[in-house]
Amino acid sequence: MPHSITPESTPQEESQDSVTVKAEPETQTQDFDMPDAPAEADKAKVNLEDLFNDEDSDNEFSSSAPQIKAEQPPSSPPVPVAISSKSGYSDPEVMRAFYQRLFPFRYLFQWLNHSPSPTNDFAHREFAFTLPNDAYLRYQSFPTADVLRKQCVQMLPSRFEIGPVYSTNPRDRKTLRKASAFRPLTKELVFDIDMTDYDDIRTCCTGASICHKCWAFITMAIKVVDVALRDDYGFKHILWVYSGRRGAHAWVCDKRAREMDDTKRRAIAGYLELLKGGDQSGKKVNVRRPLHPHLERSLNILKEHFQTSILHEQDPWSEEKAAHLLQLLPDQTLRSELEKKWAASPSRPSARKWTDVDELAKAGSLSASTTTKSLLEAKQDIVLEYTYPRLDAEVSKKLNHLLKSPFVVHPGTGRVCVPIDTRKVEEFDPLDVPTVTELLAEVDEWEGGEEDEGKKLADWEKTRLKPYVELFREFVAGLLKDEKAGVKREREEGEDAMEF
Amino acid sequence: MIRHDYSRVDPKRRANLDYKKRQFANPEFKQQDYEHRLNFYTLPPTAEITLEDFETWAINRLKVLSELEACSFRNRSPEETAEYMTSILNKYLPLRSNSARSQNLQEERKRDHYSHFILRLAFSATEDLRRRFSRLETMLFRLRYKEDDIRERREFVNSLHLEWEEVSEEEKRQWSTELAAASGSKRNDDQDWFKVDWERVPELVEQRRVLLKMGKAYVPQREQMSLVVAEYTKRLDDALELTARALPRLDEDDRLAPILAHLSQSFTTPDAAYSSSDASIDGLSAPTANSIDVLSKHFPLCMQNLHMNLRANSHLKHFGRLQYTLFLKGIGLSLEECILFWRRSFKLITDEKFTKEYKYNIRHSYGDVGGDANRRGRGYTPYSCQKLLTEPVPSGGQNHGCPYRTFKEDNLIALLQKTGVSDRDLLKTVREDVGKKRYHVACNRVFEHSHKREIKKVKDDGTWSAADLDTIVHPNTFFKRSWLLKHLGEGNAGVVNGEKMEE
Repeated sequence: MPHSITPESTPQEESQDSVTVKAEPETQTQDFDMPDAPAEADKAKVNLEDLFNDEDSDNEFSSSAPQIKAEQPPSSPPVPVAISSKSGYSDPEVMRAFYQRLFPFRYLFQWLNHSPSPTNDFAHREFAFTLPNDAYLRYQSFPTADVLRKQCVQMLPSRFEIGPVYSTNPRDRKTLRKASAFRPLTKELVFDIDMTDYDDIRTCCTGASICHKCWAFITMAIKVVDVALRDDYGFKHILWVYSGRRGAHAWVCDKRAREMDDTKRRAIAGYLELLKGGDQSGKKVNVRRPLHPHLERSLNILKEHFQTSILHEQDPWSEEKAAHLLQLLPDQTLRSELEKKWAASPSRPSARKWTDVDELAKAGSLSASTTTKSLLEAKQDIVLEYTYPRLDAEVSKKLNHLLKSPFVVHPGTGRVCVPIDTRKVEEFDPLDVPTVTELLAEVDEWEGGEEDEGKKLADWEKTRLKPYVELFREFVAGLLKDEKAGVKREREEGEDAMEF
Repeated sequence: MIRHDYSRVDPKRRANLDYKKRQFANPEFKQQDYEHRLNFYTLPPTAEITLEDFETWAINRLKVLSELEACSFRNRSPEETAEYMTSILNKYLPLRSNSARSQNLQEERKRDHYSHFILRLAFSATEDLRRRFSRLETMLFRLRYKEDDIRERREFVNSLHLEWEEVSEEEKRQWSTELAAASGSKRNDDQDWFKVDWERVPELVEQRRVLLKMGKAYVPQREQMSLVVAEYTKRLDDALELTARALPRLDEDDRLAPILAHLSQSFTTPDAAYSSSDASIDGLSAPTANSIDVLSKHFPLCMQNLHMNLRANSHLKHFGRLQYTLFLKGIGLSLEECILFWRRSFKLITDEKFTKEYKYNIRHSYGDVGGDANRRGRGYTPYSCQKLLTEPVPSGGQNHGCPYRTFKEDNLIALLQKTGVSDRDLLKTVREDVGKKRYHVACNRVFEHSHKREIKKVKDDGTWSAADLDTIVHPNTFFKRSWLLKHLGEGNAGVVNGEKMEE
C-alpha cells in the first residue's frame, strides 16, 4: 500500500479538508498532549504507573517488569503525540503510539503461551514482521511479551504475522547441526475468508472495497464454519478476527487443533470446502444426495441469507448475467423457455427470475428426463454456490503457514484487526471498526468519568477498542482455564503411571 | 538382522518385559509364523538370509512398487490398477491366502516380510524417500487388503486389536437419518457403525463420508478399510522415522551398505521427471521475452491456456504464474528474460508493485533467492503432467492445472477450437477420453493429430526412434517435440530466432 506511507497521500476523502488544517499538527502539538498528561508536575509519575498497570503490572512478569520500569521513561517521554485523525495510518509516530499504548501485548502473550509463566509455546513461536520499508522479516521470536513489545516499538512494523511453534527457537535455526531438528510442531488451525474469492458473484463492489451488502458473505461464512467446527469437531476455542479490510480469519486454539499435522488440517479444509473448479469448469457445486449432515445444516442456515442478501441485495442475475443461472439449470426445455421470457424483460429482478424457474417448471416446461426432485437439487446447488463459504483453503492446510496477528493495524485502511463476537456476528460492522488514528485521538480526548476516579485505566480502556480487548481477554481466559485443567489431568495421569 | 533399539544392554541381562525385548532376549534366531496373509510389519525379521536373497527379494518388491507408482502417474483407476498389478504381483511378490493351501505359503510370507524390512532400511534416509515409500507401501497394502478373502481379512483385523468403539443401538436410532445421509446410502441397510476419534480417519473426513459429532467420527462397517489403512500408514510412518534415526548407527560392514544405497538410488528417478536435456533443443537458440508469443503455438494446452489468459487479462494468479514460469525456465528462458517477460506482460501494474510483489517469486522459482543457498539448487523443476493432474483444481480466477482435467467438456472443446483444433472426429474422441479421465491420452491424441504429417515423415525416414515418440508425460517434452517436428530439416538456429522473432 504505497499510499499509506507518506502523510501527503492519505486516503482521498481526507485530503479535501486537510487543506484547511494543513498547518494544524505543529500548533496542535502543545495543546493536544495536555489532556493526556494531566499535570506537568506529576506527569512522569502518572505515566510510569500507567505503563506499569497497563502491560507490565502483573507479577507474572516479575522478572522483566522492573527493567521496563527503569528503561521506559527516558526512551518514551509521555509521547507528545501530534496525532489527529488526519495522520497517515503507518506514520512512525502513529505506529509507535499504537504499540506503546494500545496494543494488548499481555493478552496476546497469554493467548499464545497457554500458561501464565513463559513457556516454549511462546518463546519458540515464529513471528514475521513487515517493516515500514516493506521488508519482510521472518523467524523472529521472543521470550516474553515485553521483548516483543520492545521490538515492535523499535521497529514499528506495519503489521506482523504469527506462525507455528517450532522444535527449537526460530532464531537459533541456523546454528543447528541438522536442518531436521528445526521443524514446526504446533499451531492453531486457521481459516482465511477473503472477499476476493467472491468476486464473481459480488455485484455491489469490486476489488478492495466493501460495503454492508457484501459483508453479508463473510457473516454467512462465519456462521457456517463456526457451527461446523464446534458441533462436528468439538472445538471450543475459536477466535474470529476481522482481517482489517474485507475478510475474516479464524483461529481454532484448542490443544487438539493445535497439534494436528498437515494431513488432518487438509482433512478439515476438505470437509469444509465445497466449491470446486475455476472459471471454466462450469457448475461449481456437485454434491451427492442425500446431502451430508454438514451440508444439510449449512443449507438451512444459508437459505434465509440467500433470499435477502443474494436475491435482493446482490441481484446477481440482472440483465445478461442471467445466462449464468441458465447454465446451472439442468433442463434444456426449461432453459430455453426461461431465456425467452427473460429476453423480453431483461430488467426483471433476480428474485423474480428465481421464482420464474419454479413457476415455469410447474407450468409444464420440464421435459420428461428432469424430475422435480432433480430440479430441486439443482436449485439447492445454486443456493450453495452463491452462499457457501469460500475458504482460502491453502492457508488452513499447512502447519507452517503464517497469518496476520489479531489487533494489528491494516496498513491500507488503518482499521485494527479486532475480534468478532460470534454471539453477535450479525451486528458486526466492518465499517465501524475503529482506525488507529481515531483510537489515538480518543485516548487524547478522554477525560475520565466519575466512576473511574482513582482507578488507573489502561489506554485501550479509554477508547472504542475496549469491548474488543475485553472480548479477547475473555476468550484467552477461557482458553487458559481449559489448558490448565488439561495440564493437571495429564500430570495426574502421569503420576498414576509412575506408581508401582 | 535389523534392530530398532540400539541403545540396549547386553541382551542376556535384560528383563523380559515386553514382546520386543523378549524376542531379542533369546539370541537364537527364530522363524516367525505367519498366520495371516496381510502383515502390519510390526516385528522385524530375525532369521538369517543369504546376501543374494537379501538383494533379489528387495529388488522384486521394488519392481512391484515402481509399477504401482507408474499406475498412479498414469492416473489409472483403482480397478484398472488392480487388474494391471495382478500379473506383476504374481510374478514378483506372490502372496496367497490361507485357503490356497499352498506349500509355499510360509515362504511367500517370509519374503514379503523380509523384503519390506529391507526396503525400509533403504528408504528411510531422507524425508522424500520415506514419504514416497510409505505412500507406495500403503497402496500395496490397500490393494492386497481389497482382494483378501473376507473371512481371513476379518480374522486379521481382529488380530490387530484396534480400539474401536461400537455405536450403540440407541445412538444408531437417534442419529439414523444423519448416519444414512453421511454414509450416502439410501438408509435401507442396517449396518454396523464404529465410533473413533476423527483424526484416525482423515481421508473419510476430507471426503465427507462419515458423520462427525463432537470430534468423533461415525464410520460405517464398509469403510473399515480406510481405518485399517490409516492405521497401517501411521505405524509405518512412525517406524520409518525410528529407522531413520537408527540408521547412522547401523554399524554394518560393507556388504549391506552398497546394496541399500543402490536400491534407494534406483528408486529416486521417477519416470516422468523433467530432464535438463529438454531445455537444450537443437536449432532453437535461447528464447527471449519477445519470442514467447511466437513459440507459444508449440506449447501444450495447459501452457497455451495460461498464455492466452495472461494476454487477455495482463495478469495471472500465483499458481498459474508458478506453473508458467517453471515451464518457461524449462524451455530455456533465462532468469533475466523471464523477469522481462512478466514485467511486460503485467501491463497494468507499476514497476514498484511488480518489483515488490512478483519479482521475488520469479527469482525464487529459478533458485536465485530464498531459503538456504546451499540447498535450494536451481529452484524448482518444471511441473510434470503427473504433478498437474494431481494438484488441487483451480478455484475462481485461477487458470493453472491441466485444462483437460479442469475444464468442463464444452469449455475444453471451445478452447481446443480456439487453438486451431477443429477436426470433429478428433474432438469427439477427446471428449470420450476426458469422460474416462484419461487426460494425458487426450492431450497426446491432439498432439499426434496436429503433427500427423511430421510424425509420419520421421517414422518413414527412421530418423526418430520409437522412444522419441513415446507418450508425452511432461509439458516441456511436448514443447520440445512439437518444435522439433515443425522445424524438421532446418538445421540452423538463425532462421527461427533471427529476424522473424523480433517483430
